[in-house]
Amino acid sequence: MRAPASDLPLVFSNASVMRRDITILDSITLTIAPGPPTILIGPNGSGKTTLLRVAMGLIPLSGGSISWGGRENASPERRAITFQRPAMLRRSACANVRYALGAAAVPRVQRHKRAAELLTMVGLDALASRPARRLSGGEQQRLALARALARDPAVLFLDEPTASLDPYATKAIEDIVQVVGARGVKIVMSTHDLGQARRLAGDVVMLHRGRLVENTPAPEFFLTPLTEEARKFIAGELLV
Amino acid sequence: MTGEESALQLVLTADPALWAIVRLSLLVSLSAVLLAAAIGVPAGAFLALTRFRGREATIVILNALMGLPPVVVGLAIFLLLSRSGPLGSWGLLFTPQAMVIAQIVLVTPIIAALTRQIIEDLWVEYRDELAAMNVGALRRVTTLIWDARFSLVTVLLAGFGRAAAEVGAIIIVGGNIEGFTRTMTTAIALETSKGDLPLAIGLGVVLMSIVVLINALAWGMRRAGERYAG
Repeated sequence: MRAPASDLPLVFSNASVMRRDITILDSITLTIAPGPPTILIGPNGSGKTTLLRVAMGLIPLSGGSISWGGRENASPERRAITFQRPAMLRRSACANVRYALGAAAVPRVQRHKRAAELLTMVGLDALASRPARRLSGGEQQRLALARALARDPAVLFLDEPTASLDPYATKAIEDIVQVVGARGVKIVMSTHDLGQARRLAGDVVMLHRGRLVENTPAPEFFLTPLTEEARKFIAGELLV
Repeated sequence: MTGEESALQLVLTADPALWAIVRLSLLVSLSAVLLAAAIGVPAGAFLALTRFRGREATIVILNALMGLPPVVVGLAIFLLLSRSGPLGSWGLLFTPQAMVIAQIVLVTPIIAALTRQIIEDLWVEYRDELAAMNVGALRRVTTLIWDARFSLVTVLLAGFGRAAAEVGAIIIVGGNIEGFTRTMTTAIALETSKGDLPLAIGLGVVLMSIVVLINALAWGMRRAGERYAG
């Protein structure tokens, strides 16, 4: 796996998303550069998922713009996402990965070997022939990661990949994320788990009510938060 | 010998007249279901995955067409295929082909409407994943149809049930001609009206057995497939 960062930085300029007069993202200006994982945090409904979907091109902007590597309206091939509740195709785990490899235009003769490598990487090689929908929640998330990695992404967006998972499954996901990040893939991951943010983050981006509240290196965010919202969130107080 | 015993004898001795009727019935119904599937599955998938003006009305009409009265369909096909009708020159009236056409008209809306619902539900589940994988339009359709294949087998069974049990349309366009267009349902109706209950009962037993057998086979295929694919 390699990860040239030519599509980075990803720059949001006054990016806004409105749905039926409700502002979901409010003039976000943010630069995501190559480097250690960027962790998006914030309470439910803060706009984390919408920001990731906008970055993947799954939701159009109502205002503002996005550029990839300085190119506006670009649609980089080497970006991938896993969703909080990934949909499993009705086929085996291995066939799910092969499907993703096919969608990524990997030649047919290479797919079987590559799928086996990816399943080994996420620790599902022993479950390759099991129907994907019969896997546990944690296993499905790992399979979703393998499918996303089939695109050989330069940027990998992860939308709360460990929500509702037990500590063992969470650690398995975090281990994979760290391995992938160490190979040079830019990780952009949302979570509302502060402990996870401390373990993984290089930078922290905090959203609240669709607005960008903080965007700082992780040590500074946790030690000297700049805003009242960040201070409350770190202290475990309710942000309403 | 009672009527039931006579019926059993007809079945067990493989009475040629009875099996000719069974063969034709299966040929007509299975042909109609296969052709209706070739039309209805893509049409249902298209309706599920596209947005156009009048789509909601089309879905309502399609759903309503599932309840098409067979005799009305039979009458319409009769008028089309009759010598003075627009397709009279084809010479299809009172042939098995006319019966297949009538059953296609009856079965296609069932297959299309149920396919539309199944594919649309699956699309809601898959939409983001396939979009994120940058899967093209044609591959999305084939993926959805393939992944819905076990549910679509049930749809085909519903279509076959409709076709196999149908009598009103095919008796109008087929004419119930002995040895040529007589099927199990039309023969049952005729023999019952004539008072020849053994043949009617025998055909009823065979018809029910075939329906149960085909459903059992489809169920077994579905279970085996689900064990493999989930």
